[in-house]
Amino acid sequence: MPTVLTGKIEKLDIKETMRYLGFAGVKSAEGMEELLSECENLILPVLAPKAVYEVYPLTRCGGEALDLGFARVNSHSLYINLRASVKVTLFAATVGAGVDRLILKYNKLSPARAVVLQAMGAAAVEQWCDEVNGIIKAKYIHTRPRFSCGYGDLPLALQREIFPALSVTKNIGVTLTEGDLMMPSKSVTAIIGIEEGNIQ
Amino acid sequence: MNFKSFLKNNIVLLDGAMGTELQNAGLPLGELPEEWNVTHAEVVTGIHAAYFEAGADMVCANTFGANSLKFGERTEEIISAAIACARRARGNRRDKFISLDVGPTGKLLRPLGDLDFEEAVKIFGRTIAAGAEAGADLIQIETMNDLYELKAAVLAAKEYGRGLPVVATCVFGADCKMMTGASPEAAVATLEGLGVDALGLNCSLGPADMLPVVRRMLACASVPVVVKPNAGLPEEREGRTVYNVGAEQFAREMGEILALGARAIGGCCGTTPAYIAELFKLKSAATPQKIQKKSLTAISSYTHAVYFGGAPVLIGERINPTGKKRLKAALKEGDMGYILGEAVSQAEKGAHVLDVNVGLPEIDEPAVLERAVCEIQTVTDLPLQIDTSDPAAMERAMRRYNGKPLVNSVSGKQEVMDAVFPLVKKYGGAVIALTLDDDGIPQTAEGRIAIAKKILKEAHKYGIGKEDIIFDTLAMAVSADGGAAQAAIGALRYIKHTMGVNTSLGVSNISFGLPNRDFINSTFFAMALASGLSAAIINPNSAEMIKTYKSFCALSGFDKGCLSYIEFAQSVQSSIFAAQSQNKAAEGGEKTLKYCVIKGLKTEAEAAAKGLLKTLPPLDVINGEIIPALDEVGQGFEKKTLFLPQLLMSAEAASAAFEVIKSAFAGGGNSKKIKVVIATVKGDIHDIGKNIVRTLLENYGFKVYDLGRDVPARAIVDKAKEVGAEVVGLSALMTTTVASMRDTIALLKEEYPSARTLVGGAVLNAEYARMIGADKYAKDAMESVRYCEQLEREIYGE
Repeated sequence: MPTVLTGKIEKLDIKETMRYLGFAGVKSAEGMEELLSECENLILPVLAPKAVYEVYPLTRCGGEALDLGFARVNSHSLYINLRASVKVTLFAATVGAGVDRLILKYNKLSPARAVVLQAMGAAAVEQWCDEVNGIIKAKYIHTRPRFSCGYGDLPLALQREIFPALSVTKNIGVTLTEGDLMMPSKSVTAIIGIEEGNIQ
Repeated sequence: MNFKSFLKNNIVLLDGAMGTELQNAGLPLGELPEEWNVTHAEVVTGIHAAYFEAGADMVCANTFGANSLKFGERTEEIISAAIACARRARGNRRDKFISLDVGPTGKLLRPLGDLDFEEAVKIFGRTIAAGAEAGADLIQIETMNDLYELKAAVLAAKEYGRGLPVVATCVFGADCKMMTGASPEAAVATLEGLGVDALGLNCSLGPADMLPVVRRMLACASVPVVVKPNAGLPEEREGRTVYNVGAEQFAREMGEILALGARAIGGCCGTTPAYIAELFKLKSAATPQKIQKKSLTAISSYTHAVYFGGAPVLIGERINPTGKKRLKAALKEGDMGYILGEAVSQAEKGAHVLDVNVGLPEIDEPAVLERAVCEIQTVTDLPLQIDTSDPAAMERAMRRYNGKPLVNSVSGKQEVMDAVFPLVKKYGGAVIALTLDDDGIPQTAEGRIAIAKKILKEAHKYGIGKEDIIFDTLAMAVSADGGAAQAAIGALRYIKHTMGVNTSLGVSNISFGLPNRDFINSTFFAMALASGLSAAIINPNSAEMIKTYKSFCALSGFDKGCLSYIEFAQSVQSSIFAAQSQNKAAEGGEKTLKYCVIKGLKTEAEAAAKGLLKTLPPLDVINGEIIPALDEVGQGFEKKTLFLPQLLMSAEAASAAFEVIKSAFAGGGNSKKIKVVIATVKGDIHDIGKNIVRTLLENYGFKVYDLGRDVPARAIVDKAKEVGAEVVGLSALMTTTVASMRDTIALLKEEYPSARTLVGGAVLNAEYARMIGADKYAKDAMESVRYCEQLEREIYGE
């Protein structure tokens, strides 16, 4: 049975936000402080981090085919990532629909705020994923970097098997669109390989 | 016995979890639980039987996910098998009930997701029709995270459910909100408006954590409240995940919920027949509490409810084209931006509800009103007042509205009552009732009171209570009739205090034909408030009106510690000093428009544009100040001395200046001839990049038709043909949707080859763009602008 987590984000990673905004290599961020702090005040109260995860056995099925316990995949890049793993943790995490509402609103009113909120939402869900990742790592010690659908050749369509496996919609409210995108959009699913060693 | 009468006189014991029970019985991971209705009918039947055995009065058939998205043509087969399992378990017992179980579609509705509201109604409708056909006794809609999807499901139950009772339960988090933001009060107002037979909450939390939401629902619900918690939270014990609240503790905690007044109890994830057996003991020892009618006049948005009868409610009047040139022009052009701006600014000024009226003879009112309501709900969470005299427009807007709307209006005219009351009954709403009838507006208070009584009587025939009626006793021009104020106030005092019904006034009508109307309006407003006015339709930008309102609330005890008054009073200047400081502000405004645009100073840019327009023609302001500023910022962005948010701040400042120019000179907006149709292609829902391109193109004077996101090729091509677009801009962010981009370009080449295609988005590059047949790939918004400028020169010369 999957485990459900809820969390809280008190402070946003502004450096990460700036990175998403494409700040690298730009000379000046003059006049940005006010915009950033305004957007931070808008976004912090609406963040509602939730996650769900479960551990599955990993079976190699010949060639690069893997049985992940909840689905079978044939992906070169995942195969490489999980080369030394014996189990996988599958998780789905979201910071909720509030960010999407804000982005929707400012998309119509203020593109500058919309792009900043978009970047902050992305930074927030990454921050939350790091926390979830930390919880998983604390338990299983020898873990691989997380790997999501769309990385390398791991198909987006795998989402259709991830969602029922973790009852993602029921547990944390995230849904899939026709094109296998997650809604609320500030959501992530990922596989974390667990390697031999200190498995509890 | 039918379920409704059983619910009336008994505490109803519901069943526990099905999903976790099926897993324990060996349902493999990845297999849909509903398949077992057909393949393992005996297991499903056995689980139902165990719940009946434990004492449940009702079981939910195994149809939680049985919808056409998952099962397609097999939907009916799966549902009828599910109901058959439950019926076998029930046997001949007549006081046991079977519910069709309706869970969420698994998709999020527009505008947050990609599922259309009507599509959702159809999906639910198919499930519900099949359940009714198969012999379910009631429809239970549960585990809903989104109020809008819940509304679609309840409407489907009404339209396809053959009159079966409807029970609806939502998921609330520990923050007492549904995932998409609804409070318990908003959910209750919306669901009661839609006419559900019982409502409540299930899943996500254990019983103890549900208490705050249960209390809040019980405080405002006039129908029975249903509570189905999880068996606590999943926890790891000895390497296994288990729910952390056992059956006995569960029942103990449910005891408190029952004592508060819940009328139907059961369990969600992790509960088993053992839990239900414990609840049965609890139920057997308890007596059902009477359901109290709360008689609250409530409306709601998708986040919160607004109540009438306490502190007076302010309804913003600005979204109404009567006498507003700029709004009329915006409506005719289908330009929602202006309306959305009005919505947000009224919300900031303190309005509690926004009136939405788009009535113009030359537009398709039903379509425009529906669109306006949906779009306004993306920028504000205030409840809306749907204001139209066209019943078709009213129905479309009420149907699509997310929440329980206020409707403006019905009157004593029979024809109007015949059209409006059925809509209020079906979709839920509170309705403003004008005290006039076929003979016109009575001159006296008595005449208006008589009409009010007639309206209440007629509403009663539809089952609409007086709590859902708000009487407008009609403020008429006091310049034409000296008794106008007295007639309106006399009627409202009687209606409010003797009849006990809420009241509203369109306050500003009173001063029609007089100079300095604010003076009369605010004094009349004070008189009406003191006489018991529950709501007022006003201009929230009027300092006089807000002053009166804040002062009234402080004086009449609605503003504890006068906190709201103090905050307001400290933020405004006393009128004595206002004249002096205005001069000062003018002195400070020395920054040039060009400087303001470059620095992204929106308010200052507006002021500077206003100043310049006094001496310069609009085109000189655009070409001499705004465009050079934009160019400078654009070059900075291209050279990477500035980054995207700064570019956009400038674009917004420029837009604000343009808006000033537009409202001063009609049609002064577009200095270029090229028309651009722009869209995010089918299947893709990313639109920030596309919106940035639109904003910049508009800044540079191009006419842009923005079709939004997830737009089919057909719609894009048709629009391009219709407006004669020279450029079609397409955006895609995912490799999977580049295919729809290619299809759109192919259709354009076939049917409208003169259009140039401009493409962009994270997954594209110049080579890829060529492969799919695009004329131009732009790496960012500035490059799109440069391309359109180049085309403008090619096609139309300098």
